[in-house]
Amino acid sequence: MSKDNPAKAPRWALWLPLALFAGFVALVVVGLVKPKNTDIASQMVGKPLPAFTLRAAADERPGLATADFQTGKPQLLNIFASWCIPCRAEAPVLEELRRQGVTINAIAIRDHKADLAAFLGQYGNPYARIGADDVSAVQLAIGSSGVPETFVIDGKGVIRYQHIGDIRPEQIPDILRLLKEAQ
Amino acid sequence: MIRALLAALALMMAAPVWADDSMPPAPWAYRQLPDPAQEAKAKALMETLRCLVCQSQSIADSDASIAGDMRSQVRERIAAGEDPEAIRAWLIQRYGDYVSYEPRVSAATWPLFAAPLLLVALAAFLLRKRFTSGTETEA
Amino acid sequence: MLPEIGLGLLWLAAALAGLQLLAGGLSLSANGGGMAGIVRPVAIVQGILAAAALGILIWLFVQTDLSVKLVAENSHSAKPLMYKIAGTWGNHEGSMLLWVTVMGLGGAFVAAVERRLPEPTMMATLAGQAFVSLGFYAFLLFASNPFARLYPAPEDGNGLNPLLQDPGLAFHPPTLYLGYVGLSIAFSFAIGALITRQVGPDFARAMRPWVLGAWIFLTVGITAGSYWAYYVLGWGGWWFWDPVENASLMPWLAATALLHSCSVLAARNALRAWTVMLGVVAFSMSMVGTFLVRSGILTSVHAFAVDPRRGGFILALLAIYIGGALLLFALRAATVTEGERFAIISREGALVFNNVMLSSILGITLIGTLYPLFTEAMGTKVSVGPPYFTPVSAMFAVPMFVVLLFGPMLRWRRDKFSRVSGVLALPLVVALIAGGWAFGAGVRHVLPLLGLALGPALVVASVLPLRGRSVLRAPLSLWGMVIAHAGIGVALFGMASDSAFTVEKLVAAKVGEVQQVGPWSIRLAEVAPIAGPNWTAMEGVLKARYDGGAEVTLRPQSRTFWAPLQTNAVSALKGRWNGQLYTVLGDETVSDKGESRWQLRLWWKPYVPLIWIGGLLVALGGGLALLSRVAQDLKRRLARAKGGHRRDEVAALVKTDAAKGDAA
Repeated sequence: MSKDNPAKAPRWALWLPLALFAGFVALVVVGLVKPKNTDIASQMVGKPLPAFTLRAAADERPGLATADFQTGKPQLLNIFASWCIPCRAEAPVLEELRRQGVTINAIAIRDHKADLAAFLGQYGNPYARIGADDVSAVQLAIGSSGVPETFVIDGKGVIRYQHIGDIRPEQIPDILRLLKEAQ
Repeated sequence: MIRALLAALALMMAAPVWADDSMPPAPWAYRQLPDPAQEAKAKALMETLRCLVCQSQSIADSDASIAGDMRSQVRERIAAGEDPEAIRAWLIQRYGDYVSYEPRVSAATWPLFAAPLLLVALAAFLLRKRFTSGTETEA
Repeated sequence: MLPEIGLGLLWLAAALAGLQLLAGGLSLSANGGGMAGIVRPVAIVQGILAAAALGILIWLFVQTDLSVKLVAENSHSAKPLMYKIAGTWGNHEGSMLLWVTVMGLGGAFVAAVERRLPEPTMMATLAGQAFVSLGFYAFLLFASNPFARLYPAPEDGNGLNPLLQDPGLAFHPPTLYLGYVGLSIAFSFAIGALITRQVGPDFARAMRPWVLGAWIFLTVGITAGSYWAYYVLGWGGWWFWDPVENASLMPWLAATALLHSCSVLAARNALRAWTVMLGVVAFSMSMVGTFLVRSGILTSVHAFAVDPRRGGFILALLAIYIGGALLLFALRAATVTEGERFAIISREGALVFNNVMLSSILGITLIGTLYPLFTEAMGTKVSVGPPYFTPVSAMFAVPMFVVLLFGPMLRWRRDKFSRVSGVLALPLVVALIAGGWAFGAGVRHVLPLLGLALGPALVVASVLPLRGRSVLRAPLSLWGMVIAHAGIGVALFGMASDSAFTVEKLVAAKVGEVQQVGPWSIRLAEVAPIAGPNWTAMEGVLKARYDGGAEVTLRPQSRTFWAPLQTNAVSALKGRWNGQLYTVLGDETVSDKGESRWQLRLWWKPYVPLIWIGGLLVALGGGLALLSRVAQDLKRRLARAKGGHRRDEVAALVKTDAAKGDAA
């Protein structure tokens, strides 16, 4: 046996664990310092809206189809639901956008007609059209993963921008700018 | 396992962003396809698709309504004869690689696949002098 | 007043940990010998004080003292007593207090009973333990005070999440923590050995029972947690490769490798640096896991620790302890040679193979868990899940299991494969039969087939080391190894069965309808409301028959808790010798015609409970091995107590110990 010449790991191998650990620390420091982005961005931005036709979700507004966006004028597509709590906070902001001349179309996700009517009655109805998506089919097709989300659609029906979460009052100018850029 | 615990703990601390809707589930959210072969295909695919609003679950074992809607869509498309990988590609086109638990070999993921080979190579290198040649008689 | 006493006890315990570090450290220097005497008593008192603080917190939860913020946020007066007690560690602060308590008690236990190591190594070990404890005391006292008050006290508490209101909470976190934190003892031993350069068979023999103890708890904790998730989440899954699960798996893999390398070191004085390395890695993995879970860095939608300071704090502790230990390793390990060489075909060779495979699984688990973090830093989001982890870990696990078929029968140092190949025929035949049976049963996927073939072969192969021995006179530690390895085979069979044989039925059923799930026919007899201590529920009454046999009743519920308001499904399970029926009651749907249907999720899971039975067998095997080590140690102590002149007797015992070391 080789008692006089015992096996020995190479010098660098002894430092390898420390080096790997340093790499781990560097990685998680970046992870901790970088603001956590939990949003799942739609990869459909820059692509045309997929074809869909949704029946009317409320009595007082027509339903929604892809063709409704090919008007030559940029519009907003708001994904919302009456059971969604941040949507209530967003309602006045959308109303303000409408007042400034923005056309807002909406898709109501998994919503009952009666609930939606109550919601629109209580929080206002800034929408030109509201389509009903009972099985989140259109939501999935445009890469949206929650409510509320708002998409900026240009006059040719191409998705230009995705806003995840409720639009805050201070974000109104950004949205108006994006709509202008989409022209 | 502790995931249950942690998920639950987390639920307690973070206010739920998604309130629940009261709509009945999508047609195929909690129902199997009549053809067992198709259902098996759908099930295998669903187990590898990530629930978008859950902490870390596949759509195959989540109660979230969007997971149910995704299941329904997967089953519908499989029933219509679509290839599971085409459905995965369709979802990746919308949500990016995040939606699939099955990493594809790409510029961003090749290290994941190189890692096992690297580990074996490293072990072999470090051990190469550790053994005496097996058949020699004892010194 | 009581919360302030608890906090005071914690400060006192932290101060004693400081004293323990100081005294232990000084005793290592040339003229500091006078301090050595107080290290052990201080370690013991420190552990007791931490335990007392935990006791007070438990009492505050039992009393539902709402002036304590933690109680108000996590408990409720209307909760059953068991969940009041278990709720103590069902939150961040309480679980960290449990962590330091286990760590303190572990150190106290070592200080009280461990006498085998040279005194300087002991002092360095206890100082190391105190050093690590100190960091976690600081974390508790400065960033996670469990005794903080709340003014004014609320009317009642927020309650405990319903998913946690389960017997699982009562024992799963404590066992897991005993395992996680028990590994800190191995860590401290490794530090002590590196500082004093005393790495040899004695070190391995002294460390082994402590690793074994922690490993048993870890095994039980993971097994119990997996079963808990299985029945509580309501979809029949038992392992998800979720970051939190991986955080518990990684220390287990490291500890398993450490146990086996300890055997090599104890018996053959080889793998010295490697064993020390694993000692450091095992507890490091516990800490890394805790960091990953608590910092919220990996969980995308929810964060465990809402206070971002906590993530930074634990990371700083990690950098100090793991970084420090690895630095010490890099500096000192060059003087700790790897020791004896051996042939590839030898017991050591097989154990090294086991170590390489376990470490590789650990490596890919860590890489896969961290990878999404890495790509996110690069700007893209990816998910790494079961489709990656399962096949890649199987790539390493399957060869390891194949070697396990014959490895325990090999001789130390040098052997010939031809010596064991004859005996190996039996497990190979079993593998062929089992594999053929599974193929005949329609299993076509590679991994389930391999698992179904290898599982029974492993069970058979694991008892082969007993051949030629009198079953009753075989050493207990040998029995431990046999049972633990058989348990791996049993669990493997269960895991493979889940993917191979599970029958699923998802259906919207009318009351009175009969469903067929595999061999079971199940009738939804009725759905009725029912009330519990802090919940109401809809309970489905299912009358089930296996293959036309006697009727059994299952009662799955859909429970609504009112503090906090939340609904979750409570599954009902029915076990048979050959599997388990798993039933869940979902929501009611009413059609336009007013026809009511209930969502039912039904699974027939043949042989699946073997997963957890196997896990418990593994732990039982560990328990037997531990028992034999403790018994040997007691014998040795008795022999020593009988008089110093009988040194030869002690020497003889040490020799048999080394011989029995073969068994592990």
